[in-house]
Amino acid sequence: MQSAIDATRLDLEFVAFCTGGQNFSLDISQVREIRRWSPVSSLPHSPEEVLGVMNLRGSVIPIYDLAARFGLPRTPHNERNVVVVAAHGGKTLGLLVESVSEILSVKNEDIQTPPDTRGDSGRQAITGIITTDEGMSRVIDLGAVIGFGGKAPQ
Amino acid sequence: MGSQNSIRDMFFEESEELLEQLIDGLGLIAAGQADDETVNAVFRSVHSIKGGAGAFGFSALVDFSHRFETVLDAVRSHRLEASAGIVLTLQRSADFLTDLVERARRGDTETPEQADSFLAALDQCLAGASAPDGLVASAFGFAAQPILLDLGEPATEVFEIRFKPFGRLYSNGHNPAMIVASLADLGETTTHLQTEGMGELADFDPAAPCLGWLIELETSAPETKVREVFDFVDGLCDLHISTRLDEAAAPEPHPQVAPASSGATQASSSPPQSVRPTAEPADNTPKSTLRVELDRVDRLINAVGELIINQSMIAQRLQELRLATDADVVTHVEDYRLLARDIQEAVMAIRAQPVKPLFQRMSRIVREAEEATGKKVKLQTSGEGTEVDKTVVERLSDPLTHMVRNSVDHGLEKPEARLAAGKDPIGTITLSAVHRSGMVVITIRDDGAGLNRPKILEIARSKGLVAPDLELADSEIDALLFMPGFSTADRVSNLSGRGVGLDVVKNAVSTLGGRITIATTPGQGTEFIISLPLTLAVLDGMVVSVAGQTLVIPITSILETIVPEESDVHQFGASDQLLFVRGRYVPLVDVAEGLGLSGGLRDPRKCQVVLMETEEHALVALMVDRIHDQRQVVIKGLESNYGTVPGVSAATVLGDGQVALILDPDVLARNVSPAANSGLLRISEGMPHAVSH
Repeated sequence: MQSAIDATRLDLEFVAFCTGGQNFSLDISQVREIRRWSPVSSLPHSPEEVLGVMNLRGSVIPIYDLAARFGLPRTPHNERNVVVVAAHGGKTLGLLVESVSEILSVKNEDIQTPPDTRGDSGRQAITGIITTDEGMSRVIDLGAVIGFGGKAPQ
Repeated sequence: MGSQNSIRDMFFEESEELLEQLIDGLGLIAAGQADDETVNAVFRSVHSIKGGAGAFGFSALVDFSHRFETVLDAVRSHRLEASAGIVLTLQRSADFLTDLVERARRGDTETPEQADSFLAALDQCLAGASAPDGLVASAFGFAAQPILLDLGEPATEVFEIRFKPFGRLYSNGHNPAMIVASLADLGETTTHLQTEGMGELADFDPAAPCLGWLIELETSAPETKVREVFDFVDGLCDLHISTRLDEAAAPEPHPQVAPASSGATQASSSPPQSVRPTAEPADNTPKSTLRVELDRVDRLINAVGELIINQSMIAQRLQELRLATDADVVTHVEDYRLLARDIQEAVMAIRAQPVKPLFQRMSRIVREAEEATGKKVKLQTSGEGTEVDKTVVERLSDPLTHMVRNSVDHGLEKPEARLAAGKDPIGTITLSAVHRSGMVVITIRDDGAGLNRPKILEIARSKGLVAPDLELADSEIDALLFMPGFSTADRVSNLSGRGVGLDVVKNAVSTLGGRITIATTPGQGTEFIISLPLTLAVLDGMVVSVAGQTLVIPITSILETIVPEESDVHQFGASDQLLFVRGRYVPLVDVAEGLGLSGGLRDPRKCQVVLMETEEHALVALMVDRIHDQRQVVIKGLESNYGTVPGVSAATVLGDGQVALILDPDVLARNVSPAANSGLLRISEGMPHAVSH
C-alpha cells in the first residue's frame, strides 16, 4: 500500500484521467468505481483540496480536488466532472477529476521514475511517469495525496 | 488450525459466562441468600472451566481451578461452612481465576507469582473443614492416578446406579456409552440393560428413548465422585444412585418406587433428581442463544440505517408529488416507515447488553480498594438488568473502575472517622443503572463526607488551575475535579490520586456522547451521575441550516430554541455579543464562523438561536440561519475515511441523500472563552493530516 506501483507485477493497469490540464493515472487495483459528480457537504477547517464529504451508499467519504492537491487551480464546476472512488489503507475516498480517459496497460519497466525537480508541493505524490500516445501520464501515490502514509521523496 | 482456534475462542466465551455465574453465585452466598443449588452452580462453573482448560493444556488454570473446586466441593457437601472469611477467600479466588483465564486468552501460560498465596489461602480454608472420610479423596481424587492417603481403610462400596436418559440427553450430543465408560474408570462395573420403558410395538416411538441401565459399580471413590460423572447430563436423565449398604439399612427399601429418598448417603446438597418430572426440564433450560460475530450485526445495523434513509427519501419524493394524504402509496410508505423502525429497534436490541458484568467487575474493584485503603466497604448495586449498547458497556469499564476506586479512596472516610460522625463504620457505595428518557443513567453514590469544597478550591489555586482571586460558585468548584492534573489526595496513593482520574473519566464519557455530573451533600456523601446514550448508532438531533449547509445539533444538551428580539442582543467588547435570556446574559456563538464556513459576522437579529448547556454547565446561545425540525439520525463516523474535525463529532445522511455534519456543541462553545480559543486553533492547525502521524 506504500506505493502505487507493485514492483513484483510485470503488467500493470492504470485508470487514466485528466484534470487541471494534466494527465494522471492510478493503479486500477485501488479504484473502486467512477461516479457522476454530486454536491458535497463542506468540512470545516479542512485544507484547500478537501472539497467536503459525500454519501456513498451510506458511507461518508471525503472528496479531494486532485488539481488543487497538486497546486493547480480548483477544478471549475462542471456537470461532466467525475469522482474516482478509490480505497487506500482501509479508507475510502473520492478524487474529483474533469474526465476519465482510458485504461492503460503498461509493463513495469516502462514506468519511469520522476526526475528531481525544484520544490513542487505535489511532486512527492507522483511515483512514476508513463508515456502515452497523448504525452505523459503521472502515476499518483494515493497515500501521499491524502496525506496518509505518504512516501518520502527519494 | 483454524477450527482449533475457534474452539479455543468458544472456550473463552463460555468461560466468560461461567465466571459471571461464579461471581454471581458467590455474591449470593456472601449475602447469605444462597441455597444448595447456588452452591452447586458455583461448583459446576469452576468445574467446567477446569475441564475446558485441561483440553487446551492451560496448566496454570487447571491447577488453580482444581484446588478452587476442591474447596467449593467441601462447601457444597457441607463439610466446610461458608463463613464470611471463607467466602471472601472464594471471591478473591474467583477474581484470580478471572485473571488466569485472561492470561490464558493472551497466550500467557506462565503461572503468576501470586498463585502460591491464593493456593495457600484455599488450603487454609480446607484445613478448617471438618474432615470426614472422603474429604482427602475428593480433594485430590482428580489427579490422574488416585492417591490413596493413609486415612485408614479405603472401604469399597457397591453403588447401584439407575440411569435412564431423556431424549434431550441424546439431542444434546451426550453418549451413554461414554458415561458408563467413565464409571468403569472408577471401579468394577456390571451393566444391565433395562427395557421396562419399552411399550407395545404399536405404540413404539422411534424418536423417544425407552432404554435405561442399571449399573453396579464397585469402587472406593466417594459418592460425590460417582455423581460427578453425571454432572454434564444433570437434568437430562432420570438418575438414582444408591449403595447396597444403604438399602440394607433402609427400613422400607422401595428402590423402584421412591429411590431418591432411600439413600442416607444421598448428598443432601444435590436435589432429588428423580422426582423431577420429565416435562419440567424444558422450563428450566436457559433461553437459547446464538453466538454471532459482532461484524455481522454491525453490517445489519448499517443496512437498516440505509433502509431508513431510503424510506425518508421516498417519503420526501412523494411529498413533492403532492398526492392526497390518503393515497394508497402514501399509506404504504407510512407502513414502510413503521416497519423500518421496528427492524431498527430489533437490530439495536441485538447489540444491547445488560450492565451486570460491568457491575460485577466493580465488586472486585471494591474488594481490592478495601485492601489497599484499610476501609470497610459494602457495594450495593441495582438495575443490573438495564441494557446498553455493547460498546458503551465495554468502554465504560475503565471510567467506572476509576470512579469506584475514587469513591473508596476519597469519598469514604476511615472507619474511625465514620464512627466519630455517628455513621456505620462500614461505608456503602451504591451503583445503579436506570433508563431515563432515552438515556441510561449510571449513578455511583458513596455515603462519605461529601466534597470538601474549600479544600478543592485551595488545591486548584495552589496548582494554578484557578486564578487566586476568582470567586467560584459551588457547582463550578465541583467541576474543578474534572480538570486535568487535579488530585485531592494529600499524597499519591497507589490506588488513585495520580492526578489522572476524573478528567480521563470525563473524556471517556463524552466520547460516548454522555455527560457526567456531581451532586454532593456535606456529611452525607457524593453522587456521580453519568448519563449515556443507549446506542452509539443513532441520536436525536435538531436539523438546522447554517451558511447554506445543513447541520445537526444533538438534542441532549439543547435547552430551548429562541427567535431573539433585537433588544435582547447586546454588543460586548469589539467582537462578542451577548443574548439576554431569562434574566441572564449568555454568549452568542455564530456557528458559521466557528466552523469557518463564512467570513464576517452576520446579523443576529435575522437568525434563530439554539440555547444550550455545555458540559461545564455554562449556557451558550448558538446562532443558526434556520431551525428545521427534530429527528433521529443515523451516526456515520468521519474518522474511518477521513479524520477528526474540530467542532464536528460525526456525520449523518439526510433524507435527500446529502451528508449533514453533526456538531459537537461543546467544542464550539469553548471557542467563546479566550483561553479555549487558542486551544481550538491549535487543534485546527494540524488538521486533518496530523491525525495520521
